[in-house]
Amino acid sequence: MRNAFARVLTELAKDDESLLLYYADIGNRLFNPLKEFAEGRTINAGIAEANMASMAAGSAMMGYKPFIYTITPFTTSRNFEQIKIDIAYQNQPVIIVGTGSGLSYANLGPTHHSFEDIALMRALPNMHVICPADAYELEQLMPQLIELNAPCYFRIGKKNEPAVHDGQPTLTFGKVHVMHSGERIAVLSTGTIMPLAQELVRALNERGVSPELVSFHTVKPLDEEYLNDAMTRFDHVITLEEHNVSGGFGSAVLEYFSEQASWPRVHRFGIPDRFIDQVHSTADARAKADLTVADIMGTLSERGVV
Amino acid sequence: MTLNSIAAQIRYTLCDVSSQTKTPHLGSCLSCVDILTVLYWRTMHITPSDPDNPERDYFLLGKGHAASALYTTLAYRDYFSPAALYEHGQTGSQFEEHPGIHAPAGVETVSGSLGHALSLATGMALSTRLKGAKNRFYVLMGDGELNEGTVWEAAMFAAGKRLSNLVAIVDFNKLQGTGESTEIMHLEPLEEKWRAFGWHTIRVDGHDLNALEQALEAAKPIQQPVCIVADTVKGKGVSFMENDNNWHYRIPTAEEVDQAKQELGVL
Repeated sequence: MRNAFARVLTELAKDDESLLLYYADIGNRLFNPLKEFAEGRTINAGIAEANMASMAAGSAMMGYKPFIYTITPFTTSRNFEQIKIDIAYQNQPVIIVGTGSGLSYANLGPTHHSFEDIALMRALPNMHVICPADAYELEQLMPQLIELNAPCYFRIGKKNEPAVHDGQPTLTFGKVHVMHSGERIAVLSTGTIMPLAQELVRALNERGVSPELVSFHTVKPLDEEYLNDAMTRFDHVITLEEHNVSGGFGSAVLEYFSEQASWPRVHRFGIPDRFIDQVHSTADARAKADLTVADIMGTLSERGVV
Repeated sequence: MTLNSIAAQIRYTLCDVSSQTKTPHLGSCLSCVDILTVLYWRTMHITPSDPDNPERDYFLLGKGHAASALYTTLAYRDYFSPAALYEHGQTGSQFEEHPGIHAPAGVETVSGSLGHALSLATGMALSTRLKGAKNRFYVLMGDGELNEGTVWEAAMFAAGKRLSNLVAIVDFNKLQGTGESTEIMHLEPLEEKWRAFGWHTIRVDGHDLNALEQALEAAKPIQQPVCIVADTVKGKGVSFMENDNNWHYRIPTAEEVDQAKQELGVL
């Protein structure tokens, strides 16, 4: 997905001289094509992410639309206060890109995992939170975020994530993308965990259930229109994310429902409230986090959903 | 009015506003008055009647707790009426104890969390150069503020890019919130430290208006970022406040304000 990010940014920056990239000394040759025609706008900020966030806000104040880019924990939690004050409070159109989100860098350990970033970012006023599921979604949403001209957090994967769409879908920022309609159960997935959601749907199909599958790429603002509709159509809503179940996407859905008169039963699946270490692949890490179809089906069965 | 009398007037108003509105950080404000006076009356290319002029120079206040010093300087520089300063810190006022997004004309950025201004100005200075524009950026930081790591991140970056449109001024009053700034952290040798980080440095008496003016002029043609280390006195101008760190938080009584007024020679 990071390759898609670099490619799309390069394409867009050709026609839009206000686009500018700060990266914290990662990416190696990823941004060479951008540098070829926009060297001054391709800025290695060094391994100094807090300074990078404030510098980007400074650039935005001078009329640019900057991106800041590095591995997710370093561009969300390490520099959180700079994001809060210089980007969110001062409402500057900086797009914060976290690459290798969730468990993408499973083998690199908790230093490189990010299960708290959605919670942090969605707690900031003015901030928008967008988690594309694959390169297609990234490509569809990126121009819309630039158009938005506001603080954004763009939570992406690393590389070689499977495509979850057969071809380019048409996505709208702030609106869910219904992968396929269904009944009784809705599976709402955000970000790169969508392949697991698709697998879960197949498992549910085998149990005679035809759930609706939704890519909930925009976590903030939530698509309330869809949720209002979902409240009447489904008995159960399952949320899926590669993020702590506390404070993330599932929490956002639950918070919204809790303010309504009645709502479906909500089942949140994500990373349990513990650090995940001693793992050597994303699959192993998900297994250790009880984030497999078998685990989820087990829970759903215990709760009498299936 | 001479620069001296402008600075004295600003100092008196700071004491009076602090007393009447119960706004703290008077000592921090008084130490940087001369620096602000020279910047706003001599150094910077600004148009108070057109505060958003795109060709202006920018001043960024790092030590946001000295907001009152900036507000008062702007008021006497005709950005708005000095009478408005007495709304300081009141509910609904644009004069917040730390400048917010509703701050009055002339305040460029939010401040209050230390160590942000130099980073912001570095991004602004780099972007300005990229656009081929001529704006210059002046950042005032406290010595306590230099405890923040981001200051040194920005310092390394700005020097690496040789940002010649960026000037940092350290209000080196040797005191921070709870003690001596040279003891709480290993600040000295401060000028050499900035030089080692790739900046051209100028050391100056931060209360000598002529010396400050010369230093700020001397910085203009330098083809790298410049740090002016200004030796200052916390509480400068009011004998019983000078070098007394209680005035980081204390509020003066009406009698103390009168005494300050006499000492400052303000009519």
